[in-house]
Amino acid sequence: MKILVCIKQVPDMESRFRPNGDKTWYDEGDLAFRMNEYDEYAVEQAVQLKEQLGGEPEITVVSIGPERTVEAIKKALAMGGDRAVHIRDDRYYQKDPWQIASMIASYAKGENFDLIFTGMQSQDRGSAQVGVIVAELLGLSCATTLVGFSYDGGTITVKRELEGGIKGVAKLKLPALVTCQLGLNTPRYPTLPNIMKAKKKEIAALTPAELSGEAELTATAAIYPPAKKGGGLVLEGEIGVQVDRLMGILKEKTAVLR
Amino acid sequence: MKALLIGEYRQGKLLDTTYELKAFADRLGADSVMLVVGSEADLPKYDGKVYLADAATYGEYNPDLHKQLVLQAVEKENPDCIVFVHSSYGWDLAPRVAVALRAGQVSEIVALNEGAYEVNACNAKLRRTVTPKSGRCVLTIQAGAFSPSGEPQGTPQLEKLELSGTASAIEFVGYEAAEQKGVDLSKAEIIVSAGRGVGKKDNVPVIAALANALGGELGASRPVVDAGWVDHSHQVGTTGQTVSPKLYVACGISGAIQHLAGMKRADFIVAINKDKDAPIGEIADVLVVADVMQFVPAFTAKCAR
Repeated sequence: MKILVCIKQVPDMESRFRPNGDKTWYDEGDLAFRMNEYDEYAVEQAVQLKEQLGGEPEITVVSIGPERTVEAIKKALAMGGDRAVHIRDDRYYQKDPWQIASMIASYAKGENFDLIFTGMQSQDRGSAQVGVIVAELLGLSCATTLVGFSYDGGTITVKRELEGGIKGVAKLKLPALVTCQLGLNTPRYPTLPNIMKAKKKEIAALTPAELSGEAELTATAAIYPPAKKGGGLVLEGEIGVQVDRLMGILKEKTAVLR
Repeated sequence: MKALLIGEYRQGKLLDTTYELKAFADRLGADSVMLVVGSEADLPKYDGKVYLADAATYGEYNPDLHKQLVLQAVEKENPDCIVFVHSSYGWDLAPRVAVALRAGQVSEIVALNEGAYEVNACNAKLRRTVTPKSGRCVLTIQAGAFSPSGEPQGTPQLEKLELSGTASAIEFVGYEAAEQKGVDLSKAEIIVSAGRGVGKKDNVPVIAALANALGGELGASRPVVDAGWVDHSHQVGTTGQTVSPKLYVACGISGAIQHLAGMKRADFIVAINKDKDAPIGEIADVLVVADVMQFVPAFTAKCAR
């Protein structure tokens, strides 16, 4: 069995964000980058399946991005990926989900993967499109938003998270692509020996020029901080003073403290 | 401009979010027609053409079949845009339709901006305006962002749709309902919720102590539940419980849209967060800029006195 896991490196969402010079993306200076959280669930599920099948499947990790992306790739390898492909693209952020998915599909086309795992969306862009588009371009069955996954004899059973705490259960035959939601599993921390082993694993480099180039179907016209609606009162400063002021406000504005 | 609106059913019932599609089309100034894979027993109140495909035949949700039905309606209507709610139904189906039509998709639109679409980025800390470059486009709208102005009314003109075959690579098995045991937050008057900002499982009792001192219940955001720090029955948000207490205290919760959707109807919202720019500050009546683990114990001590 051949497994592909698609990952993205994104900034820590606790960061402060400001637009870049030409207002097409956020300024990447000062940001700390990590693996997209949803993709960690994808990597973990792939590794768990490999373990279930006695280590037989080969897990390839693919990611598109600038040089720093290698750090996220190395983490996925340390979690249990076997090899990786880095599509080196410094202009990745100017490509829309269609172009990103087309690059992944173009790479995957000749590789005949049986199963592809992706996160359900990226934390920075959040379009939730790339995985499904890859599946459609490759003609694979696809299920999104997984909070449950099991594999048995060429068929996968998935639990999709729906609204209001309900889950939808479906069966798909391989080859298939699934997108992973938070809570699907508990992503493992790479151990030191596995981090050391990962250093020896192959990371092949590809350039966008070696893959099919599609024209964009959507474009970012501008990126900007949302207009502040004002919000409410902001209490800053010393803790004791904040506590007293909040007590006063709650007594005045609500009935909960009488 | 003409919009094809894709309504949504679950277990034979029309979902209310379907009406937000019409509200969005009105805001766009677009003529609209609707497609529902649903039931004649529960049709949308809508003055206009509704393509009805029988849910009993085409299943609760089967992406392969629903895609074919949408494409049939597109063929008949030649719309400029096809609009879904950005729900587990919409985000699954919309890209499939977009690929089939080689159309650009704009996901989770929160507002309109002079003909362009506004979407959130980076946990709503930034906004982007996105413009489709394809003649026809696929759009998904954020649930709750385009609410109907009045009670929906109207009588649809029905036109039935059928597929010639119903083969699909995906088999829908059924639903699993949420576990009913645990706390019912929907009736709580005071809720104190723990978010990722509490740092670790061992810190959750500190938040629970504040809930206790105020005579309220403990709530939680999704990451805290996923991490196993708090049981799912305490989860507030789209995939947890929707609450409307008199007081909601959000401790270390940045304010992902799914969480806000579950608690923004609270009468009074206090947020405690060290990040002054956290999206929760936008809806909080009071934002205390502080480390949760320093502020909450001090506040609890004062409340208990």
